[in-house]
Amino acid sequence: MCSILGIVNENGKLFSAKYIIEGITLMNERCNGLGGGFAAYGLYPEYKDYYALHILLKDVELKDQVAEMLKDYVNIYKDEEIETRNVERIPQDYTPWRFFVDVPERYTNDADNYIIDLAMKINNTGGALVISSGKNMGVFKAIGYPDEVAKLYKLENYKAYMWLAHGRYPTNTRGWWGGAHPFSILDNSIVHNGEITSYGTNKRFLESYGYKCSYFTDSEVLAYLWDLLVRRHKLPIEVASEVLAPPFWEQIERMPPEKRRIVEALRMTYGPAMVNGPFSIVIANGSGLTGVAGNGTMVGLSDRIKLRPLICARKDETTFMASEESAIKAVCRNPDNVWAPRAGEPTVAMVNGDV
Amino acid sequence: MEMYSSVPEFRVIIDRQACRLCKRCIENCSFGALEWRDNKVKAFDDRCVACQRCVSMCPEDAIALRRTPSAMSAHPIWTENARRDVFTQSRTGAILLASTGNELHERVIFDNLLLDACQVTNPAIDPLREPIELRTYIGRKPRFVELEELDDSLKLKTELSPALRLEIPIMIAQMSYGAISLEAHEALARAAVMRGTTMGSGEGGLHKKLYPYADHIIVQVASGRFGVHPAYLEAGAAVEIKIGQGAKPGIGGHLPGTKITEEISEARMIPVGADAISPAPHHDIYSIEDLAQLVNSLKEATRYKKPVLVKIAAVHNVAAISSGICRAGADAIVIDGFRAGTGATPKVIRDNVGIPIELALASVDQRLREEGIRNETSIIASGTIRNSGDVAKAIALGADAVKIGTAALIALGCTVCKRCYTGKCAWGIATQDPRLRSRLDPVEGAQHVSNLLLAWSIELKEILGAAGINSIESLRGNRDRLRGYGLDHTMLEILGVQPAGS
Repeated sequence: MCSILGIVNENGKLFSAKYIIEGITLMNERCNGLGGGFAAYGLYPEYKDYYALHILLKDVELKDQVAEMLKDYVNIYKDEEIETRNVERIPQDYTPWRFFVDVPERYTNDADNYIIDLAMKINNTGGALVISSGKNMGVFKAIGYPDEVAKLYKLENYKAYMWLAHGRYPTNTRGWWGGAHPFSILDNSIVHNGEITSYGTNKRFLESYGYKCSYFTDSEVLAYLWDLLVRRHKLPIEVASEVLAPPFWEQIERMPPEKRRIVEALRMTYGPAMVNGPFSIVIANGSGLTGVAGNGTMVGLSDRIKLRPLICARKDETTFMASEESAIKAVCRNPDNVWAPRAGEPTVAMVNGDV
Repeated sequence: MEMYSSVPEFRVIIDRQACRLCKRCIENCSFGALEWRDNKVKAFDDRCVACQRCVSMCPEDAIALRRTPSAMSAHPIWTENARRDVFTQSRTGAILLASTGNELHERVIFDNLLLDACQVTNPAIDPLREPIELRTYIGRKPRFVELEELDDSLKLKTELSPALRLEIPIMIAQMSYGAISLEAHEALARAAVMRGTTMGSGEGGLHKKLYPYADHIIVQVASGRFGVHPAYLEAGAAVEIKIGQGAKPGIGGHLPGTKITEEISEARMIPVGADAISPAPHHDIYSIEDLAQLVNSLKEATRYKKPVLVKIAAVHNVAAISSGICRAGADAIVIDGFRAGTGATPKVIRDNVGIPIELALASVDQRLREEGIRNETSIIASGTIRNSGDVAKAIALGADAVKIGTAALIALGCTVCKRCYTGKCAWGIATQDPRLRSRLDPVEGAQHVSNLLLAWSIELKEILGAAGINSIESLRGNRDRLRGYGLDHTMLEILGVQPAGS
């Protein structure tokens, strides 16, 4: 059991962390204090052309070492410690640091992949973990209940147009800072409730596309799968969702011929990318995707037999996606519309305004 | 009479009081172990192969077979079998022939692998309530799918290679008409149709009676090229090039002229009575680039509409060889482990050459992934798949599907008496004798094989459901769901599997 919550303002208006914290805290019963985290989009408008690397340092002395390593690959525009305060129950295992970097000119046409490779290299050194690497966004996570993690990172000082939150109840690996959600790669962040029974298959599939899994937890593969499908293979969101939670063959046989051809091709090609076992996820994207205009999307999706809950709601220009309706109601008493998406069918909210 | 033939392996015990002298056993014994002498059934134990035909045919249950308790002085190294083999060869000066699979290595690694199941954190799925999917496509898969938007709807831009659609990830192996009877061939083909899978023609061509089932038959092209012609290639669901087989890596085949009947001669396209000799290598394939040429010419000949498979025996360098085969354009690689069965093979080859399928499969899958070409070919594993547990484990190690040979024959009635090479199969399977063949009813046989495949499919769904997986592709290569029990460190490393408890 875990709790997930996403809130997005579709006009790109910034709003305070208060709502996401309140909503996720209401679901504390779904987690056990062994991990909490947030992703926020629209955080760094003044540095929005730079990749913002949020890095957890096992030891603050590692900072210079990481900076040295970064300098070999990218230009560091600015770096600073991410402000934190002491929270009683959270062990000081890591020091969070942020770097704003850009890619040397000769690599700019493949900058995204360049940054991913770099993030995976740093993760492999041990001691330093890149927990987010997108532009104008960042991830904040640690051991603890989500409200404690929010307190730790002084999240009340931040504003964003899109927020994700997660409360963890670890079931397959120990609780540690790196194992908390969201998992993030470039502009993608993901929060996940569930346990992936296809993890081994997904992981080995991703490895053959150059991804390295280093967080010892199944949820990590979701972020990489989404990156592979929507950014690298340029599949529209609905199609990528059909890869993660494909229709059954029986349903496919009833589809119109061209649609059937596509879905068959997807299942044949991306069989190892299918995510099995119970899951509900909310994925945030900070940039325009194939077939989607605008400056970001939030996608909610559950497994194809919906073994985990997912509830969505809308109020004016804001969309909510949560494990429980109560979490939405805690921050939005009278939504215009509340609905439970069907198994395996994505709910997509788009950010159209400037951010 | 010399010592070794006077100590037969089996003893036929006839209950004289129960025997009603109907002679049915004599009629049924194709090995001449029972004769009518002095108004009673006389057993010649040294000819008995324990095929159980007489036992099951006796209306009075008056016959029992016993393994002869050996009175030979025991020796741990010079086992009775070892002594027998030396003796036989000292009298014949010949190669020892054997059937079925490796008898020297009793260990099956599958038995040391344990499957996983869900508890608490994750719901197991009940296959009686929720759909669980076994459909499998064999063939080359693209690395990504490209779509384009036309008139507001999506169109598929990526062209897919031809693929074999299997409703279950279990195929019936290549066994030739000649090695087995037409009735057995037909039964296997019918079963493949019934369960939505395929059977293999073997290297002996295809009898015209089998053509109606050919869209479920993978037609083989082996070193002898017997029975290969355009209509044969055109008829099959796919084409399989046999380089080698697990029971006799590096060894050719020999179907003696006495077995080349009118009908077999027609299917194999060789004269009646002529020996059918399959050379050890294909004489047009002396290296990997020659294989690529054959793969391509078969694709050309079938207008690029059928997948081309390549079958090899699991030998030491199987991973590198498979990489080469994949790059030669094969849509699937069939890897046949060292315990695989056969109708006839030199015993010394059968028992000593090749490596276990589990290790071969794991290393091939890993190698192709490391090279980023795993999607370009399917991997089919064979050589002792004995039950649905073995199927699940092979798939978790990385196989797309498995093939079964011996298990399918046992379903037809084979008792594994290991005398296929004599052509005297009392059950009408590995024989061309019309009298023996008539014992096998292809329709009934097909039902039995189909039942077996159905039973294993149901069990596979139970295994998947317990593991919280509702489609077979999420088990494929999912070594996280396996644990090794009683395996040493090196073996675990090759298998890519964690030890139980970790």
